[in-house]
Amino acid sequence: MALYSEKVMDHFLHPRNVGVIEDADAVGEVGNAKCGDIMKMYLKIKDDVVEDVKFETFGCGSAIASSSMATEMIKGKPLSEVGKLTNQAVTKALDGLPAHKIHCSVLAEEAIKSALEDYEARKASKANA
Amino acid sequence: MSIYADHAATTAMSEAAINAMTRCMKEEYGNPSSLYRIGQLAKETLEKAREEVASVINAEPREIYFTSGGSEADNQAIRSAALAGKKKGKTHIISSAFEHHAVLHTLNTLKLEGFDVTLLPVHENGIVRPEEVEAAIRPDTCLVTIMYANNEIGTIQPIREIGTVCHAHQVLFHTDAVQAVGPLAIDVKAENIDYLSASSHKFHGPKGVGFLYARKGVPLTSLIDGGAQERGRRAGTENLPGIVGMTTALKETVAEREAEAARLTVLRDRLITGLNEIPHSALNGDAEKRLPGNVNFCFEGIEGESLLLLLDEKGISASSGSACTSGSLDPSHVLLAIGRIHDVAHGSLRLTLGRENTPEDVEYIISAVKDVVAYLRGFSPVWRDLQNGKRPYIL
Repeated sequence: MALYSEKVMDHFLHPRNVGVIEDADAVGEVGNAKCGDIMKMYLKIKDDVVEDVKFETFGCGSAIASSSMATEMIKGKPLSEVGKLTNQAVTKALDGLPAHKIHCSVLAEEAIKSALEDYEARKASKANA
Repeated sequence: MSIYADHAATTAMSEAAINAMTRCMKEEYGNPSSLYRIGQLAKETLEKAREEVASVINAEPREIYFTSGGSEADNQAIRSAALAGKKKGKTHIISSAFEHHAVLHTLNTLKLEGFDVTLLPVHENGIVRPEEVEAAIRPDTCLVTIMYANNEIGTIQPIREIGTVCHAHQVLFHTDAVQAVGPLAIDVKAENIDYLSASSHKFHGPKGVGFLYARKGVPLTSLIDGGAQERGRRAGTENLPGIVGMTTALKETVAEREAEAARLTVLRDRLITGLNEIPHSALNGDAEKRLPGNVNFCFEGIEGESLLLLLDEKGISASSGSACTSGSLDPSHVLLAIGRIHDVAHGSLRLTLGRENTPEDVEYIISAVKDVVAYLRGFSPVWRDLQNGKRPYIL
């Protein structure tokens, strides 16, 4: 019996979409170093579709796996769908997380929401400019 | 590759101890309390074990009480001194901020029962100062309890000096010596120790057994009521196979102690030098006054659980004071006690070397830790901010 599911370990050991998008259209960052978790998501958006996504995470195995899984789940998806991604969906896709690690999946959901808010804010300021 | 580097958590069983236990279970299954021959044979074995354990710490056999382990011994010593103190109106206890939870949680329970607890600082080097113990002693102080060597950062406390202070003020002195019995030479008489707790599985003995040394004449209350075993201080049929295994393992550890301590100190210092090459990292606790096999580092910009999981993938078993490994939100109270802030304490790694470790293991660990730290920093937003100057380096 391992601490994490095989899916979690796979995404932790081979994280997808790791890195930075320098000319991102939206960036979301949540968490803080004091609590031991920071997640940062970079989105490239075209025609209201997430064309590309990258992440950086400071955190435990499940935080890294949750970020990786979440990026896979939103890549190529329309923003309307991306905004509806829940932490439960991320957890389910990972074949579950230990009870005290559920907050890692919440962080992934919040990082995406934060990026979408950033996108809306950037759009609004462009429209005003 | 498989390297066990978590000897402070537990140790592999000694072959000699396994053999002694097997023989005991097969041939000495009698109850030491029974008067017939096989019972008395078991009783003889039990008392011989008591003599052998006592001689290791320069105690009398009658001062040794076998327990289920270190936690029970800690509980019994602290509660006994507290109860005796309360009867005399003395309800103040002195301890340190980085004790094991077996001590800290017992003290928390006593606080609910009306005791006043002073937790002394352990300073940046992880060492309690005897003069601060003395300054904290009050007329109503009934007990000082300070660990012999810390389980996370391995720092060794000035036990003899603290014992001297306690005795000068006629205050009882307990030390949780779970990490020290085995690797360190201990003399309870010379060091003025009234109570000492030890655990078998830390020195290659079986789990679920330990002992409490209680100096002749000090208060000792039973935590478990029942039969008259252990001179009425601990009811229940004695765990003879466990006690035999513990004693065998202890004798073996003591016989090789000096040579092993010298060997492990060389490995430890090489490991510290190697890990110091990682930028923005720091050793936790005093570099010299520490257990021969203990290395504890903080690496800035990464989190400890992911570090442990990746080291496990490379075959290395280690430990961390990160909150994520404990299930709580806070990182190790030990690291916080030596002044490491949360952000850095989350990125800690404890490597504790022991009997099976070789110089090759140490080189492999150094190279693996370097790789893993660099890899995790590669996609850590904290590390990026540190490098971009958006966040100041702490280490």
